[in-house]
Amino acid sequence: MADGSIGLWTVPLAVLGGAIRVSTPFLFVSLGECITERSGRINLGLEGTLVMGAMSAYGISYLTGSPWLGVLAAGITGALLGALHAGICSLPRVNDVAVGIALMLFGTGLAFYLGKPLIEPTAPRLPAIDFGWWSDIPQVRAALRVNVLFLIGVALAPILYWAFRTTRWGLLIRTAGESSDAARAMGHSVLLIRLRATMVGGFLAGIGGSFLSLFYPGSWNEGLSSGQGITAVALVIFARWDPLLCLWASLAFGGAAALGPALQSVGVTSGYHLFNAAPYILTLAIMIITCSPKRTLTGAPAELSITR
Amino acid sequence: MIIGETPPPSGAFGVDAIAMTMRFGDFLALDNVELKVRPGSFHALLGENGAGKSTLVKCIMGYYHATEGDIIVGGREQAIANPKDAHALGLGMVYQHFTLVPAMTVAENLVLARDNVPAVVDWSKEMKELEAFLARMPFKVPLSAKVSDISAGERQKCEILKQLYLKRRFLILDEPTSVLTPAEADEVLGMLRDMVVRGELTILMITHKFREVMAFADEVTILRRGKLAGAGKVAELTPDAMARTMIGAEELTVQPPRTGEAGQARLELEKIRALDDAGAIAVHDVSLTVRAGEIVGIAGVSGNGQRQLVEVLAGQREAESGEIRVAGDPYHASREEMRRHKMSLLPEEPLKNACVGGMSVADNIAFREFDRAPFASGGWWLNRSAFRNDARKKIGQYKIKTRTPDTPISALSGGNVQRAVLARELGGDVEVLIAANPCFGLDFAAVAQIHAEIMAARNRGAAVLLVSEDLDELLELSDRLVVMFHGAFVYEARTSEADLTVVGRHMAGH
Repeated sequence: MADGSIGLWTVPLAVLGGAIRVSTPFLFVSLGECITERSGRINLGLEGTLVMGAMSAYGISYLTGSPWLGVLAAGITGALLGALHAGICSLPRVNDVAVGIALMLFGTGLAFYLGKPLIEPTAPRLPAIDFGWWSDIPQVRAALRVNVLFLIGVALAPILYWAFRTTRWGLLIRTAGESSDAARAMGHSVLLIRLRATMVGGFLAGIGGSFLSLFYPGSWNEGLSSGQGITAVALVIFARWDPLLCLWASLAFGGAAALGPALQSVGVTSGYHLFNAAPYILTLAIMIITCSPKRTLTGAPAELSITR
Repeated sequence: MIIGETPPPSGAFGVDAIAMTMRFGDFLALDNVELKVRPGSFHALLGENGAGKSTLVKCIMGYYHATEGDIIVGGREQAIANPKDAHALGLGMVYQHFTLVPAMTVAENLVLARDNVPAVVDWSKEMKELEAFLARMPFKVPLSAKVSDISAGERQKCEILKQLYLKRRFLILDEPTSVLTPAEADEVLGMLRDMVVRGELTILMITHKFREVMAFADEVTILRRGKLAGAGKVAELTPDAMARTMIGAEELTVQPPRTGEAGQARLELEKIRALDDAGAIAVHDVSLTVRAGEIVGIAGVSGNGQRQLVEVLAGQREAESGEIRVAGDPYHASREEMRRHKMSLLPEEPLKNACVGGMSVADNIAFREFDRAPFASGGWWLNRSAFRNDARKKIGQYKIKTRTPDTPISALSGGNVQRAVLARELGGDVEVLIAANPCFGLDFAAVAQIHAEIMAARNRGAAVLLVSEDLDELLELSDRLVVMFHGAFVYEARTSEADLTVVGRHMAGH
């Protein structure tokens, strides 16, 4: 064991490390989407927001030398894309799902176009905190190198859970999402509430993107996101619109995504691509198990276009 | 005008609407209407659907801006630009559809309705204040229960409590008792009446139930087709006089007398169990037999499983277990079985459940037979002129008001959509008829016609299952009455022997 070879233990360790590392973008996008969907709107464009966030974070980090400014830039880019989605959806007879798909393609396309010159240079990355200092085993240390963004995301989940119950904004977002009639009867502007919720959702998704380019995998290229954004949107449904469940679901998906590389590293090479598909198989399996044609989803905001 | 200057801090005040005219494009919704609600009175606003009642109160509440006319609140002219201005003056409205958020608790709903919700809500403090407020109120509601889990009656009480919590002293109630049992309605209106008598509140109630007008209102204003048709003290009027003022000179279809005796069992339900959309059991092993030439009425407050039961019979929902037999044969709501047994269905919300809104009146009328002669040759080539001819005949026969047979059915009024469905479902022979709230929200003329058609179908020997939330309708039409509560049949009686208070008690689950 002293030589650092820990045999099959690599797999669960890598899955744990993956759960921490890979889950962060899932976590941010799903928490953001959770806010947006609780206000009664679906933003499928978060995949585009994620990629735009990754690109702008990398670019700003490269230009200014500060990765944290990059994170902020990613958030602002995301919020602007959110505002664009909400703005278009405010028009009469506009379907939020269709706008979301358009913005997903728009976001990724724009990011690839603007990000062309960023593929070569290396930008400063986000630092990590070493929670594995107590161990001699390199795999343990690798697994426990945790990024601050992950910790922020973990803290954000219970904060959101609390905020949905006890803050005015939380109650207003839920009202807009559960009954726009009620919100209007109280004199609130549903469109304004949804605009803000979509912007906050975009902000968080943008930050999720900055994690991709500035920490893990930690570079900018066109294959950076393999559908994490859209998976995270599905994850919100699986998590029943509950921020705390979003956290657990993100960890599960992160772990599943790390399964393929982990098995490869211990020499299980057959079916590598199949194991890489684990998150998607997990998505399908969960959806099949938890959904039924005979009942509606519990916890679904009543104003969502998919549940109405 | 002076917005923000509130009327005296406590006690009731009156509201007058003078010479109100409201135009929507070419359509004159209100024509020089006058409404005077005295301070500390219980005022009823009567009128048929589309008479302009809702438009009038929405003008008062600031949702609409009247084309002409003035609103006088507490003796002073006010320009009410939006609902917030109305709220600031102490005016509040309880809507026909609930404005509570179902997924939230009662307490959350109450606090949320305030104008000054704190950025961070201190729930322990708020709960204490709410409990202190409830202690002063005539009716109680469970504060920490989710609104979706409480009964319709409790929700209506919540809506009213919400207005009182917001310190509104002039309440507009839009058909407040449509979801309540008669006993609950009496309880709620009685308590409000007490507050009116104590001078704490003025009430303007939109309704079409004469019983409630006679029992609780001091004065009444009656609208017809956007015009003031009459007004006066309730004590000096009779229900008949009010009904005549409401309807005007329109002729109502005369209902045929009940003739003939019930025959053999036609529709049999045996231990039907069905789930609701959330997967909970909504219909609990119910069994029922409806015989030929008999109307069986199912009474109950909305949300007790009636909808799911009708959906099972209509083929819109699968039963979890149990058996349905029609004339002795097992029935699974297939098109073939419906045709063979001459099943007819008048579901609630006909535009949603029985029509395709974007298709023409003629197409909708032909749904049952569209792929057979004379509408189609060989089962696939449709003969459009046959559609139109059949529709023209039925449009005349059932008095459907539509511009042409090719008009999309969604452009028709509720009464005429239901008439079109009636024409389709009752146009041919009928052996089994299932009707669910067939008259909900319709005007007198349509109601009279639908009641007459249902009675005629019964007299011709059809087995009729009539599910309704309107107890008066059930008492008028059915031979036998069954009360449904929490998905089960809890009471059954011959209608002629049924005691209204006993029926009401079972509807409330006691």
